[in-house]
Amino acid sequence: MTLAPSSDRATTDASEGRRSRRGVGSPARRAVARSPIGYLFVTPYALLTIAFGIVPSLYAVQLAFTDADGGFAGLENFTKVIDDFRFWPAVLHVTIYLVIWLLALVFFVVGLALMVHAVGVRWVSTTLRFVYYLPGALAGASSVLLWLFVLDPTASPVSGLLGAMGLDSFVQVIQPGHLPAIFAIIAFWTGAGGWIIIMYGALNNISTEVIEAARIDGANAVQIALRIQLPMLRKWVAYMGVMSLAAGTQLFVEPQLLSQASNAVVPNDYSLNQLAYQYAFQQNDFNGAAAISLILLVVALLLSWVFVTRGGLFEKE
Amino acid sequence: MGAATALLALAGCGSGGSAANGKYGFPEAEQETSSTITVWVDADRQAAAKAFQAANPDTKIKVVTYDGSANGSNSFRTKMQLFDRAGSGWPDVVFSSQNNDAAWASQKSGGKQAFAAVLDKGLVPKETLGDFTEGSLDPCTVDGRVYCLRNDLAQAVLWYNKPLLEKFGYALPTTWEEYQALGEKVAEEHPGYIVGTAGDAWTPEVYMWASKCQANDVTGPKSVTVNTASAECKRAASMLDTLRDKGTVPVVSVFTPEFLKKYSGKVLMMPGPAWYAGAIFHNPESLDVPAGQLGVAAPLTWKGENEAVTGNVGGGTWFVSSHSKNLKAAQKFVRFVTTADEYQVDAAPGYPAYAPAAEKWIAKQEASKYYATSLQPVVTAASRVWGGWGYPTFSQEAIWAKTITPGITGGKSIVDLLPTWQTAIENQAKVNGYVVK
Repeated sequence: MTLAPSSDRATTDASEGRRSRRGVGSPARRAVARSPIGYLFVTPYALLTIAFGIVPSLYAVQLAFTDADGGFAGLENFTKVIDDFRFWPAVLHVTIYLVIWLLALVFFVVGLALMVHAVGVRWVSTTLRFVYYLPGALAGASSVLLWLFVLDPTASPVSGLLGAMGLDSFVQVIQPGHLPAIFAIIAFWTGAGGWIIIMYGALNNISTEVIEAARIDGANAVQIALRIQLPMLRKWVAYMGVMSLAAGTQLFVEPQLLSQASNAVVPNDYSLNQLAYQYAFQQNDFNGAAAISLILLVVALLLSWVFVTRGGLFEKE
Repeated sequence: MGAATALLALAGCGSGGSAANGKYGFPEAEQETSSTITVWVDADRQAAAKAFQAANPDTKIKVVTYDGSANGSNSFRTKMQLFDRAGSGWPDVVFSSQNNDAAWASQKSGGKQAFAAVLDKGLVPKETLGDFTEGSLDPCTVDGRVYCLRNDLAQAVLWYNKPLLEKFGYALPTTWEEYQALGEKVAEEHPGYIVGTAGDAWTPEVYMWASKCQANDVTGPKSVTVNTASAECKRAASMLDTLRDKGTVPVVSVFTPEFLKKYSGKVLMMPGPAWYAGAIFHNPESLDVPAGQLGVAAPLTWKGENEAVTGNVGGGTWFVSSHSKNLKAAQKFVRFVTTADEYQVDAAPGYPAYAPAAEKWIAKQEASKYYATSLQPVVTAASRVWGGWGYPTFSQEAIWAKTITPGITGGKSIVDLLPTWQTAIENQAKVNGYVVK
């Protein structure tokens, strides 16, 4: 589920930054974009997006507004799913999870990136970045399986810590109230490393002249971080927000696997995406499932729009 | 059996079944008697397919292994619905480890014909059906018609440790009241020992079902009556509450490392399904009880009731697809795997639903000299599964796990949670299209 961002982008950006500072690149790069080879590079991505992104979405739109026999249903599917007793709890679960997760991401990722960036010793900095990135190498499902052990006090390497919190059994650990935090921790653990590396690349992008000037004006490290580096990272934080939001609203793998591992103590209708799955495959109601997916899509788009506009994501520098 | 007659009485309401326009009561595909049939089994049932192949080399079968819908994964239904949408691809025979499948497989869905073939309108001979243990085809029976064959039974019995019980000087309980008193006594005299567990999703099927609690009374293809406020539900709930407080029926799942760590060698008795014998007691990976210790007693009664009833936890089912192009081979296969000694007696791990096979299976188990008592109580319990607890499309286990288990862990009592349980069942029934009374 967690979109592990590729670190290539950050490094290219970083090197672009260095290149443009050397006065090379920009005009040449624009010329390349207009040549046919550019279209060739974009084509596979565009085709796959159409086949596996846009066409299914349109199919979902069609399903959401029709009934089981294919007749026009108006908003019936939407009212049905919103009236479902499981809908609002699922909305609440996903919201709490998103708030915890996004705040944690913004705080810790930016904080850790600034710290790693401030480390002067080269090998320490490289090692730290590698260590941060490591958990992200585990894909969603396998990382959850790993967490199943961590969360079970009888098998956990941190059982002492769980015991100190008064949690002696797996069922106590996965109480409904604990779940948003648990899912946020899992998602952070798997996803944050990649973002730290991206932020690190973004920090490399900030020209040394600016930092130098701030130092001469008497700014200390904290002031530089808060007044220079953070505002200049705004775009990247917004980018991280949009990507993580898109991934986070689709919470599915973690609760689904925990549900099976806990023999349904974690419900199989915990998140909106799971509810859509239940509609499609437990109730054989693909139209209701499509309606939930559309609601998710609209909400995610609205929130992304906020991030994009507030974060100045598409502004030219 | 109550449920069957109730269903027969109700036959005629609901238009669930498929149109009776084939000779067996459903629309048939063009038959090709020499075609290969595709059989879906779970890992444990691969032996059944192998036994069939050995006995019937002329019938060509293609075996596909899937998860058997275990742990509520619902994959059987998920996959069939996708085939329904595609209009092709159905397997000819499917094994499911669940009892909730006939409820949907017998019904048309989204305008498509029901997946399950009707078996009792000539496809499977009457005498074969008649030889199944009384009540064992209830999970397969919808509106008085049989839609699947039961592979094995999972009737609940009282497992106990005979030498330990003698050492402690206790008498074997015959009623739930005596069982509770014993549990309280054990807590005082031998703390650390347990007389049962209530941490699994099937807790209601062992205790509530056996108490005739009306939480899951399926009265028709799409109607269910739920009343968890009844005296029958309350007595079982308060017994579990008392024994949980005493620590002799802990809320721990039998399949957790925690259970093995705390209670290995400490299980004095444990009400539970027949398959506990092989899965828990006589399993080196689990409790690993040595030979000559494990005894079994018939289901307990409640005071003032003359005959004990019991619950049931799972037990597999075999379906024939109504879309099959080779019904003859498909029904031959399901008949073989449910009735033939080559599989049910020689290789099957669970108690066979087919009575003649069950007798031989029990004899074989007793000959192994593992058990400390006769296994007759298991046979007795087989036909005592109470018919007032039905088999709807949704899972009662999932509801219990989701609403009651976290509640108990959070310090509430089951008696307090009965209304919550009621609401949860009603809600789940309604979204699955049931009319709740």
